[in-house]
Amino acid sequence: MTSPSSDARATGNSLSPDGDTPAPAIKAVRLRHPWRNLIAVIILIYVVAFVWDAANRKAFQWEIFGKYLFDQRISQAALVTLELTVYSMLIAIVLALILAVMRLSSNPVFKSISWVYLWIFRGTPVYVQLVFWGLLSVIYPTLSIGLPFLPPIVSFPTGDALSLFSLAIIGLALNEAAYLAEIVRAGILSVDRGQEEAATALGMSWSQTMWRIVIPQSMRIIIPPTGNEVISMLKTTSLVTAVPFSFDLFTRSRDISAETFTPIPLLLVASAWYLAITSVLMVGQYFLEKRFARGIGAARSDKTVGTVTGAIIVGANQATVVPGAATPGPQPGKKPDRPSDRSGDEDPR
Amino acid sequence: MSENKVPMVESARVSKSFGSNQVLKSISLTVNRGEVLCLVGPSGSGKSTFLRCINHLETVDAGRLRVDGTLVGYREKGDKLLELHPKEAALQRREIGMVFQRFNLFPHMTALENVIEAPIRVNRVPKADAIRRANELLARVGLADKGNAYPAHLSGGQQQRVAIARALAMDPKLMLFDEPTSALDPELVGEVLDVMKQLAKDGMTMIVVTHEMGFAREVADSLVFMDGGVVVEAGDPREVLSNPRHERTKAFLSKVL
Repeated sequence: MTSPSSDARATGNSLSPDGDTPAPAIKAVRLRHPWRNLIAVIILIYVVAFVWDAANRKAFQWEIFGKYLFDQRISQAALVTLELTVYSMLIAIVLALILAVMRLSSNPVFKSISWVYLWIFRGTPVYVQLVFWGLLSVIYPTLSIGLPFLPPIVSFPTGDALSLFSLAIIGLALNEAAYLAEIVRAGILSVDRGQEEAATALGMSWSQTMWRIVIPQSMRIIIPPTGNEVISMLKTTSLVTAVPFSFDLFTRSRDISAETFTPIPLLLVASAWYLAITSVLMVGQYFLEKRFARGIGAARSDKTVGTVTGAIIVGANQATVVPGAATPGPQPGKKPDRPSDRSGDEDPR
Repeated sequence: MSENKVPMVESARVSKSFGSNQVLKSISLTVNRGEVLCLVGPSGSGKSTFLRCINHLETVDAGRLRVDGTLVGYREKGDKLLELHPKEAALQRREIGMVFQRFNLFPHMTALENVIEAPIRVNRVPKADAIRRANELLARVGLADKGNAYPAHLSGGQQQRVAIARALAMDPKLMLFDEPTSALDPELVGEVLDVMKQLAKDGMTMIVVTHEMGFAREVADSLVFMDGGVVVEAGDPREVLSNPRHERTKAFLSKVL
C-alpha cells in the first residue's frame, strides 16, 4: 500500500522508503506551571492551618459533636428529613407535570389555572406558605367534601385529618411544584416540533402526543435540573419549623442544643448529615443522568453528560450551586440540528 | 386507471395566509383514486403548505378541500361550516398517511415501536396483531431485520422507509409525501424512491412534493407546477417536463433538470 500523503516531503515527489512505518511518538519536555504549583502550596498551607485551628478550637466542642453525631434522635431526624424530601418531591413532580401540560395546552381555562398557580406559589416565600399551612386548622376548622351551597357529604376537623407532617409535605410540595413546572415546560419546549406534528398526522390526540411522545423525550432535559431541585428541597425542609413541625434534622438539633446549651457542635452535626445526604443524592443523580443520556449521540461526550450538574437551574428558587459542579448540564432549549440525532436508545418511560 | 374516475382529493379555490402573507392563492386541483400527483416548484411556492392543509395540519382560509368526499377540518350544516372537534379531526387524519422531509421518527422508540404506536393507541388494534402487521410492513420496505433498531442507529434512507411503514400501518387511503428525499444523502435517495414506486404500483393514491423529476416522469399520473402560491401549470408529467408552456416553468425546470 502506498500512501503518498503521509510522509511525502514538500520538496520532492518521491516517496520516502519508510513511508508505511508509523512515526515514533513525540517526547517533548512538558510545559511547567510553576505559579500554579506555588499557589496550590500556599492554599494548602492555609487549609491545613484552618483545619488544625478548627480541630483545636474550643468553641466547636468536638467531643459533643462526636457524642451527638450518631445520636438516635439525630439519625431519626435525618430519616424524617429524607422522608419530607422524597414525599414532597414525588407530589411536586406529578403536580408539575400536570401544571406544565396545562400551561402548554390550547385550552385557555387550563392555561389560566396554571398561570395563577405559578403566580401565587412562586410569588410568595415558602416560609410564609408553610406558616399558612400550619394555620390551616385555624382558618378552616373543618374540611368538607361536597358541592357548593349544598350540605356537605363528608365533614371532619382539619386537625384530625392532616397531621403537621402531612401539612409540611403539602406546603413543600405545592411550592416546589411551581418551580418544577417551569423546568418541565422548558423540557417539553425543547422537543422538536416535528415530533408533535408526526404524532398528530398519525391521528394521535393531543394528550396521547404529550404523554407518549413529547414528555418521554423531554425527560433528558428535565432530569438534571430536577436533581438539583431535590438537593435544594433537602435543605428547604429545614423551614418546616414554620408549620410548626419539629422532627426534621435542623429543628431537632436546635431543640437538643437548647437543652444542652451547645448550639455550635449541633449545627455541625446537622451540617454533616445534610452534606452526607446531599452527597448520596449527587451520586444518584449522576447515575440517573447517565442512564437517560445513553445512546444520545456522539455530540455529547460522556464527560459532559456525566458530570454531576448543579449549575444550571431553570426557574430554581434558590441559586444552589452544588460543590464540584464544574460543567453545566445539557441546557434546555438547546437543540441539535437534526431531530433524528437526538434520539436515545433508552426508553425513558 | 379505469375510465370512471373517483376523486380522492378535491381542492376548489383553496387559499391560505400566514398573517399578511398569502401562501396559497385559489388552488384548484383534483387527484383521483389510485393516482399519483407530483407537486413541484421552488421553495416558498406553497406546495408543502398545501400538503399540510390536506390533513388539516394547517387550516384553509377560503375554498373547499375534500378528501374522499368529506370536507377537511369542517362539517357542513346547511350553508354553515362548523369547526371540527380535535378528536374528529384526528379521526380524519388517521386515514391520511404523511411522510416528512426530516422523517420525524420517535427517537425514544425502536423502529417496530414507531410503527405499532398509532395502530395500538389510535385504532385500538391488539398488540400482537399490530406487531405482526408492522413486521410485514417493515419487510415490505426492506427492513425486516431492523425492527429492534432505534432511529439513531439507522441511516437516513432506512429512517425514511421506517417512516413510510409507520404511515402505512394506519391503512391510509391517501399518502402525502413532503419532500421525502430532500434530507437524504444522494446515494440513499434511490432506496426510498423504490419503496414509493412500489407503493404507487400497488395502487396507493399519493401526493408527492418533490424535486426528483425522474421520479415524477416515471411514476406520476399528473404533475403540478406551483409558484408564488398559484398553480402555474398542470398536466401529464412527461408533457410538462419536456414541453413546459409557461416561462416560469421553463426557467425552473432548466435549473433542476
